[in-house]
This record gives sequence, structure tokens and C-alpha cells, in this order.
Amino acid sequence: MRSTPRLPLSAAALCALALAAAACGSGSEPAGTAAAPGRSGFTPPKIEALKSLGASEGQVNLVHWAGYAEDGSNDPKVDWVTPFEQATGCQVNSKTAGTSDEMVNLMKTGEYDAVSASGDASLRLIAGGDVAPVNTALIPNYADVFAGLKDKPWNSVDGVSYGVPHGRGANLLMWRTDAVKPAPDSWSVVFDPASPYKGKITAYDSPIYIADAAVYLMATKPDLGIKNPYALDDRQFQAAVDLLKQQRQLVGEYWSDYTKEVQAFKSGDSVAGTTWQVIANVAKADGAPVEVTLPKEGSTGWSDTWMVAAKAENPNCAYKWLDWIISPKANAQVAEYFGEAPSNSGSCELTADPKHCETFHATDEDYFSKVWYWTTPIAQCLDGRTDVTCKDYAEWTRAWTEIKG
Amino acid sequence: MTRALRRRLAAFLHRHAGVRLSLLLSAPMLWLGVAYLGALAALFLSALWSTDTFTGDLVKEVTWANFQELLTAEVYRTITLRSVGVAAAVTLIDLVIAFPMAFAMAKLASPRAQRWLVIAVLTPLWASYLVKAYAWRVLLSSDGVLGWGYGLTATVITLSYLWLPYMILPIYAGLERLPNSLLEAAGDLGARGWRTFRTVVWPLAFPAVIAGSIFTFSLSLGDYITVKIVGGRSQLIGNVVYDNIGAAGNLPFAAAVATVPVVIMLVYLAAVRRTGALENL
Repeated sequence: MRSTPRLPLSAAALCALALAAAACGSGSEPAGTAAAPGRSGFTPPKIEALKSLGASEGQVNLVHWAGYAEDGSNDPKVDWVTPFEQATGCQVNSKTAGTSDEMVNLMKTGEYDAVSASGDASLRLIAGGDVAPVNTALIPNYADVFAGLKDKPWNSVDGVSYGVPHGRGANLLMWRTDAVKPAPDSWSVVFDPASPYKGKITAYDSPIYIADAAVYLMATKPDLGIKNPYALDDRQFQAAVDLLKQQRQLVGEYWSDYTKEVQAFKSGDSVAGTTWQVIANVAKADGAPVEVTLPKEGSTGWSDTWMVAAKAENPNCAYKWLDWIISPKANAQVAEYFGEAPSNSGSCELTADPKHCETFHATDEDYFSKVWYWTTPIAQCLDGRTDVTCKDYAEWTRAWTEIKG
Repeated sequence: MTRALRRRLAAFLHRHAGVRLSLLLSAPMLWLGVAYLGALAALFLSALWSTDTFTGDLVKEVTWANFQELLTAEVYRTITLRSVGVAAAVTLIDLVIAFPMAFAMAKLASPRAQRWLVIAVLTPLWASYLVKAYAWRVLLSSDGVLGWGYGLTATVITLSYLWLPYMILPIYAGLERLPNSLLEAAGDLGARGWRTFRTVVWPLAFPAVIAGSIFTFSLSLGDYITVKIVGGRSQLIGNVVYDNIGAAGNLPFAAAVATVPVVIMLVYLAAVRRTGALENL
């Protein structure tokens, strides 16, 4: 699973690279898209998309998040790679990456054909000329992808698509139903200094968690004027850091790998804190009395894209993989295994759990409008302000060290 | 190679002692010089660079900003002191447990039992570090067998467990070299147990203790995984390095932080050297 934070340069970084920085996102955009770069924020290197499919090369080399290309070796029942190999004759060689940095570095080696990039890696890859535009006409299943995921700032530039949407999810609030009463509907349960669960709160161990505090401040301290949790000026940043320093007194432990959080909730060492849906599912399956919710303040989250390398040696098999992973069946399997919303609208009927799409709000754009997809903060404010400089990720990292003390 | 050629080569090497020596030493010197000292030099050099906060690229211009930040920000001092404290505590605990054990192994056990005890000490090293750390996480969790909870204490306990063999083995080897006749002589001259220990055993075993402490101290100083697993909300030097590389991609600052344990170990080794223990290793 995603055991490490994955936030290098991102979307808006590149938007800011361009001179037309002012065109990048405006403060009034709804959440989830506000981190978008301007439509012509930067000019990607000119790389041609594949014009037509040729003969299969017999293999394809993938870089992906853990759980995105399962061949049954982890769980014999979880396997969408073997059917792909049988159907297409393309042998899959997969490489798991732990962070977005790692993904970008692996793609720069030129040894891989396709990658499952998150919003904080995709535009770096595009700007660096590491990935090519994707000719979606060659991917039949693309037609069935939710419209709300197509042509988004993290997978397209100037209307040119650079990949196919894989799935998305939100960071949620999880609590133990036997310990936390009444059921919380707000992040205040993990931020309020008077929280009765002192010492049993858990938080995500990454500088990007500062954005979670900013999301909470957006709702509770409107006078700070935070428009985008990834664009914080000095005063806003200080407020978020102060909130987290105060939260530290409540925190029992910070988590970054998911087995650790599952175990902490099972044993009752943690009773409330931020989580992913997949963690909640595993904890529930292990018998822990936990529930999750998307709190009323909204939350942070992710949205991933499959991209094809600019110098792919096996482009035909890569295209076939892209088509396969967003096909209704495979997309349903991977979304269910990883615990996220599928990108193919046909997947919802094929999940083993008929309520999967409901649980993960696959069709609920209203739900995702409250989700701020992970983006790397840069000095150029992502919300379009030009009169102040924002804190960049290096400063977020230092602040995170200081918060943990 | 023909026989004649081989013989000529052998004769040449026999006559030229310098060539012989340099051939023998070139491999270890290469390793020491390039792989080890070279890596350290690269580390120190990259600590003087910075990253462009805008593009994330390395800026290869010399600046002391990283070290300035390291020395002025209070949080890094706190973390350094905490890390040294943990390393010292682990070393002390391991010494207290390992010494009697090593003594029993070297002096009291039969030769047959000795072999089995050495194997028993080595066995935990066959299991993965992560498995052992997670086992302690389960033991220490509030519904676990011990149930003491997580934090710095849990970290010290777990690290002490992990590095114990590295303390036992050098002391065992040191005590094994200690002739039994010395202990008997001390007894014959009227020394009781404590006096024999203080005046005979401890001074002779001291270099071995130092060797063990170098292992446990340096291993604890660099650890960042155990503290992530059982440390609750605490962090050590290793975590700061890890966070700066993994998440922020700020290699220069990570390198600057990484020089801190190097400096601490150099100071430690210098202190040890003053005691003369290194000459007796």
C-alpha cells in the first residue's frame, strides 16, 4: 500500500513556471480543481501520441503503486494481470514504487513503458518529457470513464490527454465505535485541545498532513482566508502549524504504513484519526469496531492516472494495459482491492460488493467536490494570489519536523 | 598461462616486495578510499549544496545555509540530544545484560554448552529486523502481553533487544581469551568475586566492551525504523534524514543532518581512543 508520502513537485509548480502565472487557478474555484494549473500554464515538450496500434511486443514494463497490478501472488483470488497476459500475450513486468519521487526517477531511466502517476507526479512527468500524450481513440474503454475525471489539470494539458484516470479516493476520519461517542462528523475530534481522546489520536506522518489542518482551518477560522490548503502564506501556514503543534499533545502516534494503523485501531491504542478507506476495510475485516466518514469540513485525497512513457519500448502492450486497467471488470477489481472509487462507470455493476461504488462515492461529484487532491505546495501561491509568497514543500517538511519536536 | 610464464611472474613478485604489497593492498585500499571515504566526502560535499525551492533541482553552489539551519533551529538540537540519549541508554542496557551472559558463556558453561549458547545468541539475527520490531509492537500494544504502550521507552527496549547479540559476541570473545589461571590466581591471593571482577576481569575485558558499545551505539544512532514502529510520536535523527530525502527530495539538507551522527561517532571514537581501548582490541 501507499506507505510513504508522495509529494514532489506538482501540477501547480509547473503552472507557475510559466510566465502567465496569474492565469493559474483562481481563488473562487471549487475544491478539488483549485490546484489546477492554468490551461496554458506551461508548454510540454512536443511528443507525438501513438497513431495506431501495431503488433503486441510480448511484454510491458510497469511502474505502479502497490496493489495496482496484482497477479495473484499476494492473494490467489486477487488477479487481473494473468487474464490480461492471456488475453493480449503481453507479459507484465511490474515494479512497485513507494513514493511519487521514486516513480518520477524510475520513469526517467527509460526502462518502463507505463506508470500510475498521482497528481503530484503526473505534470512533472509531462513537463520533463518523460511521458507522451495518449491517443484515447486507441483505448476503447476510455469512453466509459466518468466525465468528471476526464480532461483534468493533472492528466491533460491544453485539452491533450496524457493518460487515463485510474481511480480516486479521500483521506477519511476513522474512529472506534466503542470508544468514540457520539459518532464524530467533524475533524474537531482530532484537533480540539479539549478532545476527550487525548493520547489515542493518530495522524498521518507526512508534511502533507499540514494540508489537513489547513482544510480544518478553512472551515473553523474563515478570517484566515485560506482558499486552497496547498497554498498557505506565512500567517495561514503559522496557524496550521500551531494547530498541529497543539494536536501533538493529543496524538498517541503518527502512522505512515497501513499495517501499523490497522493494528493500532485493533488494539485500541488509537481510537480516532485520519485514514484511507482500504485501511478501514482491513481493520473491519480483522474485527475492529471502526467506522469512517468524510467530515463536514471536507478532506484531502488523491486521483491517479496511467501514463505511457515517451520512449516506451513496448507501446502497443502499454496501450493494451491502459485499456485493460480501465476496463469495467479489471477497474472494479483494482478499485475494490485498493479501496478507492473506480474510474469506469461500468465498474460499479461488477464489483464483488454491490455497494462498493456507493461506499466510495464513485458517482458522487458532490462528495469529491469536498476533496482536495494531493498537490505539492510551491512558493508561487496555487490559489492565484500574486501579492504574497506561499510556503513551499521544503518549508512544509521542516515545519513537520518541528511539529513532531 | 604457461608454466614458464607463471614461474617468471612468481620470481618477479618474489624479488619486488613493493609490487607484491601494493597488489595485495589495492583491493582493500580501493574499498576504503573510494567506496567508504569517497562516499563520506560526497555526503559532506552535497551537504554544502541546496535545492531550488521552485523546481526542486539541485543547486551546486557552496552554501553553509544547511549547517546554519541545523545549528540554529532548536528542534534539531533536541532531536540530536534525544538520539544520543537513546543510543546511550541502549548501550548501557545491553552492557548490563550482555556482560553476565557472556561471562557465563565463556567461563561457566561446558565447551558443548558453549557452542549451543553461541548459536542461541546468533539465532535472532536470522529473523528479519522488521519482524522483530513488529513483534515488539504487538507485545507493547495496550492489549498486548506487556501492554506498556509506545514511546521512547518502547524504542529503547526494542533497540536493546535488537542489538543485544552485537554486544554479547565481542564480550564473549574477549572473555574467552582471558586465561582461567588469572581468575584462580586472584582467588588464591584472597580476592573475592567483586574484587576479582574490578581488578582483573573488567580491565581485561574493557576493549571488548568498547567494541560492543561501538556496535550498539552506532546502530542505535542511525536507526529510524524501530522508532517509527514503536516510537509513538517521537522522532530521531534518522527520521529527519529520511523525511528530507523521501518526502521533500531535499538531499542537501538530509546530507547535512546525516553528518551529525558521523561527527558524534568521531567524537565517541576519539574519546575511546584516549582510554587506550582501541590498541587492545
